[in-house]
Amino acid sequence: MTDAAAQTEAKSGPVLAADGRPLKASLRRALRAQKMRALLLIAPLLLFIMITFILPIADMLFRSVENQIVSETLPRTVVALEDWEDHDQPPSEDVYAALYYDLFEAAEFRIHSRVGSRLNYEMTGVSSLFRQSGRGVGRFDTDIYTDQFAELDADWADPRVWATLMEDESVRAALPETASAYDGWVNVTIEANEDDPLEEDVEDYVYTALYRDLAARGYDGSSAMLSEAAEAVGAFETVSLREQFAEIDEDWLDPAVFETIWVYSPNYTAGYFLTAVDLQLTADGIEPQSEDLRVYLTLFKRTMFMSLVIMGSCVLLGYPIAFLLANLPMRISNILLILVLLPFWTSLLVRTSAWKVLLQQQGVINDILVWIGLVADNDRLALINNQTGTIIAMTHILLPFMILPLYSVMQTIPPSYVRAAKSLGATDWTAFWRVYFPQSVPGIGAGCILVFILAIGYYITPELVGGRTGTFISNRIAYHISTSLNWGLAAALGSILLILVLALYWAYDRIVGIDNVKLG
Amino acid sequence: MSLPIYASTGQKIWYYSFRVICGLIFFFLIAPIITIIPLSFNAEDFFTFTPEMLRLDPEGYSLQHYRDFFTNPDWQQPLWNSVKIAPAATLLSVSLGTLAAIGLSQSHVPFKGAIMAILISPMIVPLIISAAGMYFFYSRIGLQGTYLGVVLAHAALGIPFVIITVTATLVGFDKSLTRASANLGADPVTTFFRVQMPLILPGVISGGLFAFITSFDEVVVVLFVGSAGQKTLPWQMFIGLREQISPTILAVATILVIISICLLTTVELLRRRSERLRGMSPG
Repeated sequence: MTDAAAQTEAKSGPVLAADGRPLKASLRRALRAQKMRALLLIAPLLLFIMITFILPIADMLFRSVENQIVSETLPRTVVALEDWEDHDQPPSEDVYAALYYDLFEAAEFRIHSRVGSRLNYEMTGVSSLFRQSGRGVGRFDTDIYTDQFAELDADWADPRVWATLMEDESVRAALPETASAYDGWVNVTIEANEDDPLEEDVEDYVYTALYRDLAARGYDGSSAMLSEAAEAVGAFETVSLREQFAEIDEDWLDPAVFETIWVYSPNYTAGYFLTAVDLQLTADGIEPQSEDLRVYLTLFKRTMFMSLVIMGSCVLLGYPIAFLLANLPMRISNILLILVLLPFWTSLLVRTSAWKVLLQQQGVINDILVWIGLVADNDRLALINNQTGTIIAMTHILLPFMILPLYSVMQTIPPSYVRAAKSLGATDWTAFWRVYFPQSVPGIGAGCILVFILAIGYYITPELVGGRTGTFISNRIAYHISTSLNWGLAAALGSILLILVLALYWAYDRIVGIDNVKLG
Repeated sequence: MSLPIYASTGQKIWYYSFRVICGLIFFFLIAPIITIIPLSFNAEDFFTFTPEMLRLDPEGYSLQHYRDFFTNPDWQQPLWNSVKIAPAATLLSVSLGTLAAIGLSQSHVPFKGAIMAILISPMIVPLIISAAGMYFFYSRIGLQGTYLGVVLAHAALGIPFVIITVTATLVGFDKSLTRASANLGADPVTTFFRVQMPLILPGVISGGLFAFITSFDEVVVVLFVGSAGQKTLPWQMFIGLREQISPTILAVATILVIISICLLTTVELLRRRSERLRGMSPG
């Protein structure tokens, strides 16, 4: 039997399409072409959204952990601090020397204040310390090294001699600090000052490095000039860089400053995220933020609380309206629906300005309350620039987003169920509560998530009517972007908010399905 | 929901009080928007009804705030910026969005869920986060503070609305029509413009109107991505509300309310037309 079947199969072969190919392959090809066509239609938009929207979001996420600025601006200091052991004492002279070279170069590029403001987010006062020191390092007494080397041999003052010396690999290996300082100086001369390193006088800090190298390691290479210098440095007059720094500002003797630099030296840091949840990164690990700086958790809690209140009042006000609209004849409900859609279509700023005008102390609502006699004229209610203002205005703004999904769910509830319940003896309330309400719960869920998602990210309305107590986390994000310029912290706060919203979005997608979002 | 004849007194009381409650909620929804219209004709620089206005004395009313809006360059410049930015952003999001919606409505689209989630995301992500991300990224690539940057940002924000409305229209589109057209010898481009486009046009237009109003009303993103040269009407209103609130804002608000009424009417008419068309087409 199976043999016979196989024979027939072999004789006729697989089913063929009109062009002689096997039908299966032909169908698969057609399907593939169809998929390709669909993807090609989608591709331009996908690319567009990727570039204009997804990449910016990814960039923000990246910025919340990015921290290259310290290790890029103070590379030698960061390396030197690795050997710093006793964190209760100021670090060794080596660290101060490294800091001297780094700060000098940073000041020439005018970027020393940037790293200062970065570290200032973690320790107040560092910003001005760096700004002062950037000016100060140029006036250090280290010119005595320059003079002493020049006295020893006038050739030391010649930049060309330096250039030839520094081309020699064995010299570079013998004098690592000098090589690094000289390369840095060449870079500064060409890039920042646009001068020729063969013409300009070599800066004092390179001589300082040379002295430190020769004093610490000596020299036993082939260069006669260097051997001579190595013998002479023992008798050189010296200058302590630690004292030089202390002269600019006593704070340089504070180990906490170096600890901050050390803690924030890695290229990526969780510091911004920790600050965003009122923790801080210290040398001993993660610790709670000091009392007076704890603002973010309160702000997150307030944002959540107020969004919940707004969501709750939207349900309270939206449910009766949706119920009414769903149970009236189509002709009337369509007209009433316009009253819901008009606010939905009206500019957000128009609605906010309306509330700003109405809720003022001298505004229409207070006037009416005074006129009725509920409120004394000299005791007008403060309805704006506080939480009340934000809640009233945002409930009004978000109410259509609650009514529309509720309405579309209630429209699908067959009225016969309630009638059946009543004919079986249920009271109006039981029929509603036990039969109608459970069927409308999906609509409440959809509306609540939608309103909540929109509410926690709101910026404009809280900013305009919220005053000091009615602002949200988004206002803080905007503040950090445009006023305090702490972009990393803004990005970290934004990332936390984003994760929160995406979790809710995921829940919304599971409950309602994103394809079922309806507009108007 | 009409009241039966045999209703008890309690039911009658509840029936009427429910109507009253609903009336009050409708009042809450509409009153703030309606109140600002007469206030914008105030002859004084006050934000409440003056005794003259309450007496309906013509002396109490004036067009001075409207005159200010139409003559003051502080308002005219932003108005022109808005008029230049919104249509460009709309055109971009409608053309790309319609193509993608047609692609998405085909039967075999790989990764449809993921693609849809990405395309809808600008609507879900809070504006302040979009604004922050765009500000950081656009300043890296030199688009921050340019006309193009604002248009691109607004187009991205409008795309979800176009996708949602056009895919909704395409659900009711009868695919045999395109097959019939192809069968009669039309190439895909002709089929698209002569057969498919006229039928889905209402959806495309209402998607476009949504995209337009999104851009025209948008303030958070433009605050960060734009610079003083791209100051739009909402931006100027925002500054006016935050710093020195002037009654001209009420005149602007009234004009914007009238614009939204026009847009709402158009969208509503289009929706009805498309429902009617869908009712006629087989399947």
